Amino acid sequence: MPYRGYKNGIGGEVMPVRDVLHGSRCVAEAARLCDVQVIAAYPITPQTHIVEDLAELIANGELNAEYIMVESEHSAMSACIGASATGARVFTATSSQGLALMHEVLFIASGMRLPIVMANANRALSAPINIWNDQQDSISERDTGWIQLYVETNQEALDTTVQAYKIAEDKNILLPVMVNLDGFVLTHTIEPVEIPDKEEVEKFLPPYEPQVYLDPSDPMTQGAFADPETYMEFRIEQEKAMKRAFEVIRRVDEEFGELTGRSYGIVEEYNTDDAEVLLVTMGSVAGTIKEVIDSLDEKVGLLKIRVFRPFPKEEVLKALKDAKVVGVLEKDIVIGLGEGALFSEIKASLYPSSYRPKLLGFVGGLGGRDISMDNVREIISICKKAIKEDIDEVHWIGLKE
Amino acid sequence: MRPIGGHVKDIGSTKNLKTGGWRTFKPVIDMEKCIDCGSCWIFCPDMSVIRKDGEYSFNYDYCKGCGICANECPTEAIKMVLEEK
Repeated sequence: MPYRGYKNGIGGEVMPVRDVLHGSRCVAEAARLCDVQVIAAYPITPQTHIVEDLAELIANGELNAEYIMVESEHSAMSACIGASATGARVFTATSSQGLALMHEVLFIASGMRLPIVMANANRALSAPINIWNDQQDSISERDTGWIQLYVETNQEALDTTVQAYKIAEDKNILLPVMVNLDGFVLTHTIEPVEIPDKEEVEKFLPPYEPQVYLDPSDPMTQGAFADPETYMEFRIEQEKAMKRAFEVIRRVDEEFGELTGRSYGIVEEYNTDDAEVLLVTMGSVAGTIKEVIDSLDEKVGLLKIRVFRPFPKEEVLKALKDAKVVGVLEKDIVIGLGEGALFSEIKASLYPSSYRPKLLGFVGGLGGRDISMDNVREIISICKKAIKEDIDEVHWIGLKE
Repeated sequence: MRPIGGHVKDIGSTKNLKTGGWRTFKPVIDMEKCIDCGSCWIFCPDMSVIRKDGEYSFNYDYCKGCGICANECPTEAIKMVLEEK
């Protein structure tokens, strides 16, 4: 079946190809379009399709990459770091416990300023063991210095993975990027997808030109020691690069829009004009919320956070400034604080501003519990109640009590 | 300019990092007691004992004050002295 960006237009015209694909396949196709050179990954549900599809693409000769077999995610990320340090374009994918096992190595990838791109199929963490979707895994890695992008659809998963390399490899950024897609909800769900033409992607994303790389004929040290006299300066350089990333993410997204007609922004505002109630979320549940909003006659809007790291304070403030109530729906919980991480960060972002909407946190969908359209309607009704009266700040949605 | 990510093109530049600042006690040798056995020179993990023509001294740029030299000295010729500024 001709479904991988063949020239199929009339008279050999370059045309994108439409197909129906799993989210996992979309990520693998993106890696193929980006001509990744090294892949080191370890299979874990619900990411397994991604690494299987990549292995298949290599075996079929459709992707010319070195596939490094590893015995754990810790080794996978370590191999990615080594490969990236030699100047190769590197890809990996993981989920949940696998991401947690990578934890200490994630800091090394970002500290060494290696533009690795990783797909993370968002999944709950044990215990109790659970393979279903929530976003606790990537939220728990929010301070590792990785750019974190969250996608809503399979199309966005493909497009964002392509964009991720252009962001990561920008010589003013050089930070690793984690593309987060909801496990099962996206990885195992088939959606119509447009696959960009490979030659068009090559124009958008030229081969990676590393500024420095390991070369036996011209030796150098990477990942060296830094004592108390020098360490802090490296950390602030990472923070500065994160700040600069906003501009690059925006520019890359616009360029991608010119190429494909699709762009996503740092955040997406949906029906936010004059909305009294504004919901905020990340990932695939944004689609459910949009469906509910479309079915309502009321002024309810949605702010979808696509870029979680760097955290887009300005965009959040701009979107929230006219809302009376803001409800943050998220699939993670900071245990001991009693609220989700996104809620905390939005609350913190508002403090220096003069905007004082009522803020409500909604924790839901943990361990794959479905967030239904009825749940979203319930959230909206709780938000509307908060306009008139004082109610609890944090609500657990879909909880059996 | 600080190299991005701490990458170092200048091979062997570790010697530019003077680690002597980590020291609290510094070794001081009494050559009257020294029998030139070379134990301190052999055991120093930072190659900070300088042995030249039977005379011993220390490279305080890199000596971290671990005290191994004083511990190994069979004649107690080396004393660890609190270093105050």
